[in-house]
Amino acid sequence: MSDIDLDQRPANNRSAVLKSRLTSWDSIILVLTVLVLIIASFTVDNFGTSRNFTFMVLDLLPIILIALPMTMIIVTGEIDLSVASTLGLTSSMMGWLWNQGLSIESIIPLCIVIGAICGVVNGFLITGLGLPSLAVTIGTLALYRGLAFVVLGDGAVADFPWNYTGWVTGTIGDGAVPNVLILIVVLALIFGIVQHATPFGRSLYAIGANAQAAHFSGIRVARTKFWLYVASGAVAGLVGVLWTLRYSSARADNGAGLELAVVAAVLLGGVSIFGGKGSLPGVLGGVVLLTALQNALRLEDVSGQALNIVTGSLLVLSVLLPNVTSAVRGNWHRRKLRQASATSAQ
Amino acid sequence: MTATSLEAPPSKRFSLGGLLKTRELGIVLALTLLVAYTAIDNSRFLSGQSIRDNLLNTAILAVMATGQAIVVITRNIDLSVGSVLGISAFAVATLMSNNQDLPMIVALLAGLAIGAVAGLVNGVLVRYGKVPALVVTLGTLYIYRGITYSWAGGSQVNADELPRHFLTFANDSILGVPWLVLIALVVIAAGSVMMRNYRIGRELYAIGSSPPAAELAGIKVARNLLTAFVLSGALAGLAGVLYAARFGTVDAAAGNGMELNVVAAVVVGGVAVFGGSGSVWGAALGALLLTVIGSALAVLDINQFWQQAIVGALIILAICADRLVAVRIARSLRKRDAHV
Repeated sequence: MSDIDLDQRPANNRSAVLKSRLTSWDSIILVLTVLVLIIASFTVDNFGTSRNFTFMVLDLLPIILIALPMTMIIVTGEIDLSVASTLGLTSSMMGWLWNQGLSIESIIPLCIVIGAICGVVNGFLITGLGLPSLAVTIGTLALYRGLAFVVLGDGAVADFPWNYTGWVTGTIGDGAVPNVLILIVVLALIFGIVQHATPFGRSLYAIGANAQAAHFSGIRVARTKFWLYVASGAVAGLVGVLWTLRYSSARADNGAGLELAVVAAVLLGGVSIFGGKGSLPGVLGGVVLLTALQNALRLEDVSGQALNIVTGSLLVLSVLLPNVTSAVRGNWHRRKLRQASATSAQ
Repeated sequence: MTATSLEAPPSKRFSLGGLLKTRELGIVLALTLLVAYTAIDNSRFLSGQSIRDNLLNTAILAVMATGQAIVVITRNIDLSVGSVLGISAFAVATLMSNNQDLPMIVALLAGLAIGAVAGLVNGVLVRYGKVPALVVTLGTLYIYRGITYSWAGGSQVNADELPRHFLTFANDSILGVPWLVLIALVVIAAGSVMMRNYRIGRELYAIGSSPPAAELAGIKVARNLLTAFVLSGALAGLAGVLYAARFGTVDAAAGNGMELNVVAAVVVGGVAVFGGSGSVWGAALGALLLTVIGSALAVLDINQFWQQAIVGALIILAICADRLVAVRIARSLRKRDAHV
């Protein structure tokens, strides 16, 4: 009996430490991000210019938008690896529909709907049939990318109207603030409020912590997850449109491999892959940190591919550090308990 | 009470084994149908050259799928295999171009060693760092690829810099079987026997079925998990050597994105992502099926672009089939329990 007591106390303590460590990882990331921005703008030529700022925001755009619903999905303990392929499929469909002579005003909402339908398929397979999300979205990753190639082949559609492509790459009143930044801010606010200030948002954490307990406390687990996948698909569809307009090129391979970058950014931002933990500000910090580092190194003529080492190490450290510190503290705590029981026995 | 709990495991193992046999039979059936249909359309599909090409194309994927299956059976995943292939292929190609006289066996061992070290890092982080395998191997996917890029820069090793015996290795054959295929067959056979008949294999299945139960049963989880990751890494390293020998030209991007093909082969081959079920040779069959689909599309004159979509649909179909099997097992177990 006393054995069990001794074992349980450090376990409780460990989870408490883990929790505080994870929340502080958010702040580490945010501080790191600010530091990188400040140091880079002083030491790297052209980093602080408004032109570079626009480029940075444009580089940020796809990852940050897809990371918004991805954060919610990972908080519930699931994952969506098909986002980049959904992006590619909507990009292909956009080119195909444009070739069919539809107006761009009707193509854009249609593409978002196509993205949402991709999300519906994921959501149905995962919540309707109860299949594991990792396997399902690896399947739809291949399926949607394949369909993108079926639609458009290896060709490209490039003659989109200039006023739309110009809007995506342009700035407000030709100033320093890019047009798409409004979109990022508005969507981040919406997703942030939903995740952190509504009952729905709280229920996501409950599901991630223990889906069964959440179900018994009256949360509609399957329905919640279903709509998260639809949201994820719709946002990926929107990013497909923006990607196509930014490069003024609809191609089937647009955004290939982006899913891993998004997942890496979300995890780097302190979201637990097991669900139940993490915050949107941390994720936003993670995305900005990665993009700013990449941008600064590129201006310094360092190969962007070498930066992979930094990305990967940060990703592993973001989970490793809290575990190591909590293990050390757990050991320390247990030793103290043992000493205390030894002295009381005497 | 003790009697029932003693009786339950053998009966479960029996029904699981029976159902799994049908599961792999399904892949064989799909493969047979595909080959038969394609061969009727174009008999050259069954010519020696065509079969040889298919097997050569499968070999590298099957070697990696063997390692991946072992890891997935333990309820983990190794996403870094594509990057491990890349770093091993580039390292071995550089080694061979600088030392033209090195025998082939040294190249193979070097690849295995590089991969084993990469796998060991993964395993240590997963087990002792308590970091989920998905996160660790996603991280090392980037790290290993980044190391290869910073080492290679923009350079590549071309076929004319490599020794002749290294390049001909891919196409040389012994008793009509190409070395590449022979190595793959040996790896698959050894992996299957290990997982089926040896203690470590059974323990890996036990870990995948329920990690805490395995720990309570006295299985050395840490050592076994390390072994699984080292094996997966070493086989990806071996695949890197085979890749370099087969394609001759190696740059830092070799094997980029291959991890998804490998996981796809494993899932199609009937290894459940929740661990504890499936087999190595099933995963190898999955790799063969994915490769044959590609070449069959070309022979049938179907738009090549359909290939990836079909692979995706197959993966989903495979998971649905696994789910169906799992539901049926659960139901039959419940019925059996009710009788007791």
